[in-house]
This record gives sequence, structure tokens and C-alpha cells, in this order.
Amino acid sequence: MSGCTRRCKLGVVMFARSVHRLVTGTLNKDKAEDELEMTVVCHRPEGLEQLEAQTKFTKRELQILYRGFKNECPSGLVNEDTFKQIYAQFFPHGDASTYAHYLFNAFDSGQNGSVKFEDFVMALSILLRGSIREKLRWTFNLYDLNKDGYINKEEMTDIVRAIYDMMGKYTYPVLRDEAPRQHVDAFFQKMDKNKDGVVTLDEFIASCQEDDNIMQSLQLFENVI
Amino acid sequence: MAAGVAAWLPFARAAAIGWMPVANCPMPIAPSDKSRRQDELIILNVSGRRFQTWRTTLDRYPDTLLGSSEKEFFYNEETKEYFFDRDPDVFRSVLNFYRTGKLHYPRYECISAYDEELAFFGIIPEIIGDCCYEEYKDRKRENAERLMDDNDPENSKEGNLPNLNFRETMWRAFENPHTSTMALVFYYVTGFFIAISVITNVVETVPCGIHQNQKDLPCGERYSVAFFCLDTACVMIFTVEYLLRLFAAPSRYRFIRSVMSIIDVVAIMPYYIGLVMTNNEDVSGAFVTLRVFRVFRIFKFSRHSQGLRILGYTLKSCASELGFLLFSLTMAIIIFATVMYYAEKGSSASKFTSIPASFWYTIVTMTTLGYGDMVPKTIAGKIFGSICSLSGVLVIALPVPVIVSNFSRIYHQNQRADKRRAQKVQKARLARIRVSKTGSSNAFLRSKRNGLLNEALELTGSGEEDQHLSKSTSIIESQHHHLLHCLEKTTNHEFVDEQVFEHNCLESGMKNYTSRSPSLDSSHGLTGTCCSRRSKKTTHLPNSSVPATRLRSMQELSAIHIQCGEQQALSTSRSSLNVQSDEALRLNCQSSQITTAIISIPTPPTASPEGSLPQPSSPSQPSAGVNIVKVSAL
Repeated sequence: MSGCTRRCKLGVVMFARSVHRLVTGTLNKDKAEDELEMTVVCHRPEGLEQLEAQTKFTKRELQILYRGFKNECPSGLVNEDTFKQIYAQFFPHGDASTYAHYLFNAFDSGQNGSVKFEDFVMALSILLRGSIREKLRWTFNLYDLNKDGYINKEEMTDIVRAIYDMMGKYTYPVLRDEAPRQHVDAFFQKMDKNKDGVVTLDEFIASCQEDDNIMQSLQLFENVI
Repeated sequence: MAAGVAAWLPFARAAAIGWMPVANCPMPIAPSDKSRRQDELIILNVSGRRFQTWRTTLDRYPDTLLGSSEKEFFYNEETKEYFFDRDPDVFRSVLNFYRTGKLHYPRYECISAYDEELAFFGIIPEIIGDCCYEEYKDRKRENAERLMDDNDPENSKEGNLPNLNFRETMWRAFENPHTSTMALVFYYVTGFFIAISVITNVVETVPCGIHQNQKDLPCGERYSVAFFCLDTACVMIFTVEYLLRLFAAPSRYRFIRSVMSIIDVVAIMPYYIGLVMTNNEDVSGAFVTLRVFRVFRIFKFSRHSQGLRILGYTLKSCASELGFLLFSLTMAIIIFATVMYYAEKGSSASKFTSIPASFWYTIVTMTTLGYGDMVPKTIAGKIFGSICSLSGVLVIALPVPVIVSNFSRIYHQNQRADKRRAQKVQKARLARIRVSKTGSSNAFLRSKRNGLLNEALELTGSGEEDQHLSKSTSIIESQHHHLLHCLEKTTNHEFVDEQVFEHNCLESGMKNYTSRSPSLDSSHGLTGTCCSRRSKKTTHLPNSSVPATRLRSMQELSAIHIQCGEQQALSTSRSSLNVQSDEALRLNCQSSQITTAIISIPTPPTASPEGSLPQPSSPSQPSAGVNIVKVSAL
């Protein structure tokens, strides 16, 4: 019973307050002000010198990289949707969103859903200026979707399928459903040395180092910046 | 590719390392950035105002003036800046386009000045961002209409259509009285008779007989013959006019259905019905009612007055607001009538005998008329009556400004079909955006073929053709194309056009149907082999993709038959072992060096088996007497 009277009193107070607001003409103002309070998160990277020390880029290159980064993401953080949008612009034929998702996870070292400029630059430093071993380790990390240290067939199939998705529909020869699976089978045949169904980091690195094509391709993008 | 994200291209290319272990073939060579320009500031002097920006910012859009080498024509050696003698205010928007990737249209700018500046700088207006696009299109349409209006009187003054037949001339005369004197005369005559008819109807009812009887006689009955003659004359004129219009109308059916013709018919019908009917007592009552319709003749004036037409149009277009007004009024009337009835029920000799009777009171009060024939007497009735009149003001005042603003908008713009046309324009715009998106993908396919051409020509040593054929792709484009190339190599599939894809589907469909034995040797006459298909393709592709000039120059080089986009099917990789030749999958794995990739194929009948060539990179022996050299330069 006491709860009831308390509620009634509360109701009466609320009513009186709204009548008062009605009379003075300020009835709906609070709601509008509440909505305006948006959270704008802005992130600034650490200083240029620190980044230069941590990565293998020169100051000038870091400047150019940051300008491009900031242009697309003024808030300093890339979230997954923006990332997918940006990446999709480079592949207008097909659907790049799945592969972009995997890439994003590989870039987002802290796994917090957004990529800061430092993450971005560190990854680029590995990819463009790192040693073969580092590049291969980054790639292994990309393929290992659940980050458990092993690549199994399902993960690899997902990755390969995502890559094939980027090709789109109009390809020559016509894309068949078995193509990714065949690709993955060939890959495992090459990489899985002890035939245990999973590829570990060492197997991966060893197999890649044996393959000339891969070695050559890894050097391909060194002069990108 | 939207050049706004060109800054992320290095990242996308770096991320391509993720494909490398998956790929089975070697990747194509990356385009080298020959002119490794440092990122430098350039100064753009526009009529004295200096703008500065990075060179790479301008390079984002290579098909505009500032992004291409065209700006070198404006370079001033002494001051080391680019001088443009144009409007600096508009240039601000242009430069912001390079910086942000979005083109905005400032409202204070004149539309034609803006268009001229865009045309000068080589920017197409369709890429104006969504935020400003509606405004831009509206202004452009207004401008176009103004130009059209300017042109119209000029055109109509000339008798520039001598081959109109009589019927069309008449129709034009009816619709546009200013075209000829006859039309003008006709216009004024009909207007005069409409006025006469209306005045006659009005005066007919004025009592002018003074002393004949106790009650005054209306003029219509006193001078009935005169009025009858006048009426007959007017109806004659109207009938003739109607029949003439009916004859001249280009689409009679549509004319009959139009509002104006219905008004005409309604205006003259009562007279004829009156003629037909006799002086029968029963129907004379109905006959009298019919004469009311004669007042509709006044609506015939709307042909003569633009304002009346716009008013009618406004009412039609504000139908929803009017409907809302009516509905809210009805609700309020019912509420207040009920309340007043029950409030006044107690008082004696109250006029509020029923709820419908109270409707009259409510309407008169809410519209603040207040005749005073029904007045509440009880206190409760008076209280509710005052609330009623206060709320009446509110309810009526609310929709009225909407109607007023509608009228003024229509009066100025004079069209409602704008919105429908804007929807079509929006669809067209989306189609254009889609086309530009496919354009970027087509650009890659085109440049692939051009790249093949270039490399082929380099091989045959005709260097002077190089400049002629090589398209000037920017470095960003070539890097982007290289990236797409790597993707093709990784997946062992190629990007093709939609048409080629359809073609392939058809062919593979046909092929599956015709070829039973997938053996390699039985590949002569069937459509599915690489050879015959390829030869078919050579006729197909160059016409569709390579522009005519290049085709001609191709033919100048004798005996080189370039196959665009097709690649020699050589199998090297392990994955090809899984590929059956009946599917005629083309694997694009070759060694990446150009020099070793010339393959000559002997003329068709000897089967060139696709899946089983063991050595990919060895065939560099051009056999003698070959007249088809297939060059695969990847």
C-alpha cells in the first residue's frame, strides 16, 4: 500500500511538473538537448619520432601515409564498416566485404573493433619493409582466423572463398563452386608437410621458402610507398 | 575507382601480400613509378588569389584539367605558378572537389556561371554530391525553362509552320489566341458572350416590374422574350464554339474527357433540355433546378484567365491539406455539438433540439461568424461555447497557411510534374553512377587489352607505334590495375566483360551439348576448343573493345593477329591437373618474362591440346610460314 501511495505521489508530481512546463512553454526542450549529446571520439597518434622509431618508414613517408589516412577517417579511427567501404572501392567487380573483414581482423591487433593509425602503420611496415619471415608470419596470422596457431582446411577455404568473391561474377573461365576447394586442396598438399590436416607456422614458412614463385611475389610490393 | 581513396591504394597493394601464398602462379610485374616526384606544393593563381595544394591532390582526377598535363598550358615560368584567369570564388568549390572528393554547389552562385567554370576545368556536373544535387538540378531546370520561355514567343511569331493543315491551325488558334487576329477576335467574342450570359442570368432575377401586382415581378418574367432571345444567342455561340473545338481537337476522346469541355457541356445542356421538355408541371421543378447550372458558364472564364486556372490547380494539389482541414473540422464539430446539446438540454425553450441541430451552432461559432440565432443559456453551455470558439480559430488557422504557401509555390513554379520528372532524373542519375562504377571496371579490362597491345608492339620492335597506342594512364590507375591483375593470377580466373561472359556461357553450353568425348584430340571442329574459340574471339573482341584507330594501326603491322584478352592455355601449375579439358578452362600461368612468351600455333586442324603441354616456357620457336602469331604477354 505504501508503494502505491508513493507511486501516486510521484505521478502527481510529474503531472504538476508537466503542467508547469506546458504553461511556461518549455515542454519538449529536454529531449532535444539529450539527443544532441553525441559522442565524438577522436584519436591522435603518438608523435612522429616515436612512430619513426617503431616502424621502418622515414618521416616523410609517415607524413604522406598519415595525410591519406586522416583524409578518409578524420576521427583517427577506422571502424570495420569504413574499412570495408574503402577496400570495396578497389574491387568494383565483386564483393570484397568478406576479405576486408579478415583483413580488418588481421590489422586490428588489439581486437577492439577499430584500427588506429599506429596499427595501420605497423602492419604496413611489416608488409612493405619487413623481412621475409615477418611477412610470412603476418600472412599466417591473416589466414589463422581464430588465432589458435593452426590453419585448418575450413579457415583456408573461407579465405580462398573470400578471395574468389572479389572476382565477381563475370570471369573467364566461369567460376565454379569447386574452384575454391580445389585451390585449397592444392594449397594443403603443398603446405602440410606432415599431413596432419593443419598447417602450423613453421610448416607454412618452410613451404613458402621452398617455393620460388612465392618468394618472388613477396618482393613485389616493396616500392609501394 | 573513386580517387578519393587513392591514398589507401598503397595499403591495398600491401595487403595483397595475403594472396601470395595462395596463388600458384607468379605475379605480374609491378608498374614502376618512373617519375618519382616528391610530394610538392603547387601554386594555383586564380585571378590574383593564390591557392596552394599538393601535386598528388590534383593528380587524383587525371581526366580533368588540373589533374592532367593540360594545366601545363597555364604555367607561368617567371612566377613558377599556374595562372588561371577565372572566377576565384567558384574555383574554391572546384579545388575542394579535389581535396575531399565531393563537389558542392554553393547557393549564391549563378547556375550558368558555375556550369561554365565546371566545363572549363573539365569536371562533369553529375558528380555533385547528394547534399547539393537537388538544388543544382532545380536551378538548372528553372534556367532552362526561362530560356525556353524566351524562345517561345519568338517562335510563335513566325509563321514557321506552313504545312499545318486547317484543323491544326484551328486548334492552335483556340489554344493560343495570340497567334492570329482571327483567334484574338474569336477569343474576345466568346469572352464577351460569356459575360453577357452571366449578367443576363443575374439580372433575370432582379425585380423590375413595379406596379403590376402586389409582389414585384422579376425582369425575367416581364421581358421574357428578350431574355429568351439573349439566352438563345449565347447558347448558339457556345454550341458553335464547342463543336469547333471538338472538330479541331487532335485527340477527340481526350478533349471530351477534359474539364473544360465538361464545363462547356454543362453550361449549354439546360437550354436544350428546356427546349425539349414541354411545360409540364411535374418536371418544371426539375427544370428550374437545371437553370442553376447555367451559372457554370462563369467557369468558362478560366480559359481566359491564367490565375483562375492556377487557383483550380492549387486546390487540386492541396487536396490532402483540404481533406485534413475538413476532417479535423468535422471531428471538432461533432464533439462540440454533442457537448452543447447535453449542456443545453436542461434549459427550457432551448434551440438545441438535437445534436444535428447543434451542428449549425458549432459551425457558426467555430468559424467565428456568430449569427446569434442560437445562443447557449446555461452556464455550462456558455463555458463550452467559449471553448468552442477559441478552438475554432486554431483548427481553421492551422491548414490555411499550408494552402497559401502551396498556392504561391505553384504560382511561381507552375508545375507539379516537376516532382515526377525529378524522380526520373534521380533514376537517371543513379543509372549514371552505376555506369561510372562499371566504367571503372571496364577501364581495367580496356587497359589490360591495351597493355597487351603495347607489349606486343614492343616485341615486334615497332617503337614508334608505342606513343601512338599507349594510353596515358596515371600512375595510380596503373597500380590499381596491377593489383587487379595480381588477384586474377591468384585465382586463375580473369575479369571479363558482361557480353563476353554471356558469350562464354552460351558457348560452354553449346559445347557441353555437342562434345561427348572430352579427349584432347577430338577438338577440331567443335566450338569448345581453344583454337576455334579463340579465332572466334579475335573477331569479337577487337571490335568491341579496341577503338577503330587502334584497330587500323594494328592491321598495319602485317601478319600480327593480336588477340585481346585471351591467353594461351598452358598448364604449369599443379592445380591444372585437376582441370578437365572438357570445361576448357583457361589457365593463365606463364612465366612472367615477356621475351619467352611468344607462342606460335600452327594453323588449326592439328589439335593444339590445351591441358597437356608439359613445358610452358619453352616454346619460343616460331615455326615458319605461320601467319598467326598469338602473343600472350603476361
